[in-house]
Amino acid sequence: MSSAQTHRTIDAIWRMESAKLIAGLTRMVRDVALAEDLAQDALLIALERWPETGIPDNPGGWLMTTAKRRAIDFMRRNKLRDQKYGEIGRTAPLYTEDDVDQALDGEISDDLLRLIFMTCHPVLSQDARVALTLRLLCGLTTDEIARSFLVAESTVAQRIVRAKRTLSAEKVPFEVPTGEELNQRMAAVLEVIYLMFNEGYSATSGEHWTRPLLCQEALRLGRILAEIAPNEQEVHGLVALMEIQASRLKTRINAKGEPILLMDQNRAKWDQLLIRRGITALERSRKLGRPLGPYSLQAAISACHAEARSAAETDWIRIAALYEALARLSPSPIVELNRAVAISMAFGPAFGLQIVDELNKEPSLKGYHLLPSVRADLLAKLGRYDEARSEFERAASMTRNTRERELLLQRAADCESGTYQ
Amino acid sequence: MRFMMIVKATTDSEARVMPSQELIDAMQKYNEELVKAGVLLAADGLMPSSSAIRISYPEPGAKPKLVDGPFTESKELIAGYTLIEVKSREEAVEWALRMPDPHGSGQGEIELRQVFEVEELMDNPDTLAKEATLRRQVEEQKKA
Repeated sequence: MSSAQTHRTIDAIWRMESAKLIAGLTRMVRDVALAEDLAQDALLIALERWPETGIPDNPGGWLMTTAKRRAIDFMRRNKLRDQKYGEIGRTAPLYTEDDVDQALDGEISDDLLRLIFMTCHPVLSQDARVALTLRLLCGLTTDEIARSFLVAESTVAQRIVRAKRTLSAEKVPFEVPTGEELNQRMAAVLEVIYLMFNEGYSATSGEHWTRPLLCQEALRLGRILAEIAPNEQEVHGLVALMEIQASRLKTRINAKGEPILLMDQNRAKWDQLLIRRGITALERSRKLGRPLGPYSLQAAISACHAEARSAAETDWIRIAALYEALARLSPSPIVELNRAVAISMAFGPAFGLQIVDELNKEPSLKGYHLLPSVRADLLAKLGRYDEARSEFERAASMTRNTRERELLLQRAADCESGTYQ
Repeated sequence: MRFMMIVKATTDSEARVMPSQELIDAMQKYNEELVKAGVLLAADGLMPSSSAIRISYPEPGAKPKLVDGPFTESKELIAGYTLIEVKSREEAVEWALRMPDPHGSGQGEIELRQVFEVEELMDNPDTLAKEATLRRQVEEQKKA
């Protein structure tokens, strides 16, 4: 194997093992920054030795043993917390690679879970949580994170350094919280993962190149979390939602880079494997026997679309019911607007219009062009073309997207000439 | 990127000889590892070729020919597959190396193939252009 090849292989091994290493080391030293340094040291030693000795049979175990030895040396030198040193000193030198692996097998899942909860702690800002999670749990470099979020690499590096410092200064424990705190923190963890996914998913411009990576990382993290926290219903809900949304990635943009709406997408190109995985995840969420949470409900709505063989076969009554449940659970004007659309598809435009008219009083939707756009469509379907035309024009004046504006103005013109479809 | 680990058939798998309990356990542990790492998409074992049907087109434009199994040359047959989603070719190789010897009888063979997904880059002209440039660069680097 050439040395370049060995380096690429070591890089791949690092991506596979780094989260586990850092999690295991954090349990030992109770400090993510130190744990990351120790893991990186082990990597450097591997980079030196492996090109000569070849890659060991159990590279993860090798890295862990090496990092642990470094940890012990470090503590010996720094006399950092005698008790901690004693703890590790008693057990670590006895480890062989197999032992390390066995020891890790039992605890590693818990360690990863603790690490996710740590990187998503509320003392950190949302941006910091995302950056730290991508770095420590997905093994992305600061450069990759920077490209994904279209910010400077130095910004990301600073954000990560500061985040690690905050965790240490605030003495954030390396543990999975219990009771009510678990629910709140789990919500924060899921939010970070979904934010990552959406950054990758909704980008229709800019750095196209790196964004699918972000979707994939979020999905991978969600899948890992679903395995290490199998009784958390909303984890399965979020995984289901991401799998089903990812199944449409290929069909969301046309050759000109313009977005294609759900109802107009070529369903034959949806990824059936991901749809099936999403529906299985949704089943797991349902099997836990608790009322569905917001992610599970959104996944159920997504599944309705995924299961309809054509747009016309969509079960709008069911979707309207799911939106009803979602609106009760986590009410928001956007959910309400979606509910209005579903209701108009299920029961006719007049019923949808009632909801939309109520939403017109909502101050937070004042600049949201989709509100007049939806209202215009419903008015046109009811034959109220004059009102529809002025609503389309209002929507057109509010959007910042040129192509969308053209489309809305075209619709306004169609209302005037009586050719509205 | 997606890779398929294709497990080749052996005389045993073709004869429907079940693998040892040890091997079944090892394989299960391996699959769990893939699931826990969030990289497993799908994995299945296939029935022996005695239940297979081959459809071939020996003459262009003519009707296809149907032949029932079993087929010989077990090494060219497939006994199962594992589909994974990973970040690099090296990672795929690394995972494939961690799979237990799939038959344990000296005939085990795994073929690793990347799933074709250029179109997944969203038919976007910008993306495709970028990809073309990147490919050219890679080719040139290879030559250099």
